[in-house]
Amino acid sequence: MSYDVPQIPGEEELEVAASDTRQWPMWEVFVRQRRGLSHVHAGSLHAPDAESALQNARDVYTRRAEGVSIWVVPSSAITATDPDDVDAMFDPFDEQPYRHATYYEIPDEVGKM
Amino acid sequence: MTGQERFDAVIDADEKIEPTDWMPDGYRKTLIRQIAQHAHSEVIGMQPEGNWITRAPSLKRKAILMAKVQDEAGHGLYLYSAAETLGTSRDELVDLLHTGRQKYSSIFNYPTLNWADIGAIGWLVDGAAITNQVALTRTSFGPYSRAMVRICKEESFHQRQGYELLLTLCRGSEEQRAMAQDAVNRWWWPSLMMFGPSDNDSPHTAQSMAWKVKRVTNDDLRQQFVDMTVPQCEFLGLTVPDPDLEWNEERGHYDFGAIDWAEFWNVVKGNGPMNRERMAHKNRAWDEGEWVRQAATAHAAKQAARRLEQKSA
Repeated sequence: MSYDVPQIPGEEELEVAASDTRQWPMWEVFVRQRRGLSHVHAGSLHAPDAESALQNARDVYTRRAEGVSIWVVPSSAITATDPDDVDAMFDPFDEQPYRHATYYEIPDEVGKM
Repeated sequence: MTGQERFDAVIDADEKIEPTDWMPDGYRKTLIRQIAQHAHSEVIGMQPEGNWITRAPSLKRKAILMAKVQDEAGHGLYLYSAAETLGTSRDELVDLLHTGRQKYSSIFNYPTLNWADIGAIGWLVDGAAITNQVALTRTSFGPYSRAMVRICKEESFHQRQGYELLLTLCRGSEEQRAMAQDAVNRWWWPSLMMFGPSDNDSPHTAQSMAWKVKRVTNDDLRQQFVDMTVPQCEFLGLTVPDPDLEWNEERGHYDFGAIDWAEFWNVVKGNGPMNRERMAHKNRAWDEGEWVRQAATAHAAKQAARRLEQKSA
C-alpha cells in the first residue's frame, strides 16, 4: 500500500538515530530460484539465530515459489568494497577493451564464432 | 569529485544511490521518514483486513485474506530493511510508530464495516497504492526501489482479488449489490486522498522530484488512478459517489469533484474514526508479543551454549 504521509504544518523534524542495543542481529538472505541457478541476494531481516533467520526468510522471501534453497549470512560477516575507492578498484578494466570478444573483427565469411 | 558532485551525477544519469554512497543530509532524512511511514502503513494496514479473517464467508476467502494480511507484514519488513540501510534501526523505527511520533497512511483510520469493504480495499486502496508504488519503483534510492519492485508484484494479487470479490457480490442478490455500493461510497474519497495534498499544497514535492525520490506528483498520480478506476467501476455496475465526475474529451481525462481536505488533515492529525483504536491495538500486540521475542532470544542463547558444549566435549 502507499503512503507518503504529508508533513503536518509544524511537524517536528525528527533526528532518527540508530539505537542498536536491544535488537536481534541482521542477516542477509540469498535465494536460489531453481536448481542450476546461483543464490541471489533477496534482502535482509533480523533474527536471534541462524535457524530462526532461515525460518523467517522462508516466510518473508519465498511465499510464491521464489526459491528452492536459502542461505542466510550474518550481515556483519560481509566485507564490501569501499564506495570511495570505486575508481581505483574498477576503472583500470574500462581501459582494457581487448578483454571482450566484441573487440576482435572477424570477417563475415568465417561464419559464426 | 566531491560527494555532492558524485551524487548529482548519479541522479542526473538516472542511476540509483546506494546506502554506502555519500548523500545530502536532507535526502537521507526525507527517505528515512518516507520509507518508515510507508513501512508503518503496511503494518497498520493489516488491521482493517485482519478484522474480517474470522468472518470471511468461506474457507477460500479466509485463506485468501490471511495470505493478503501476511503479505502486508512482509511488505512492512522489506521497507523497514530498506530504511535501516540509511543508518537507523528497526527498534528505533518501531518505537517512533508506537509513540505516535511517526505516522502511517490515513486510509487505515477508516473502519471496515461490511464484508464488501474487503473488496473495496483490495480494488481501490491497493489500486491507489499500486499507482503510487509503480511510480516509486523508479525512485533514486536503490533499496527503496528494489522493495517497490517486489511489493508491486504482490500488490497485483491484492487488487485483483478485491475486484473479483466485488464482482462476485455485484453478480449476487440485490442486498449484496447494495453492500458493494455502500463500500465503494465510503472508500472512494479516502482512496483519492491517499495520493496526498494537491501539488499546490505540497511544499516538499519540488525537492523530492529534484532528488528523484518522487517521480510523479500527487495530482498526476491521482488523475491516473481516477482514469483507470472509473471504467472498472462501470463494469461492476456501481456508481462513483461524485456528482461532478465527468469525462473531459479535451483533456482526455476524467474531471472529478473537490476533495474534502479538511477531513483529510483532520485524519492525518489523529482524529479519524479509527486512529486511537489502531494505535492501541498495535501497542497491545507489541506488548503481548514480548514473551515471544524473549523466548526466541533465550532459545537462541541456549542452542548456542549447547553447540559450544558439544564442541568442547
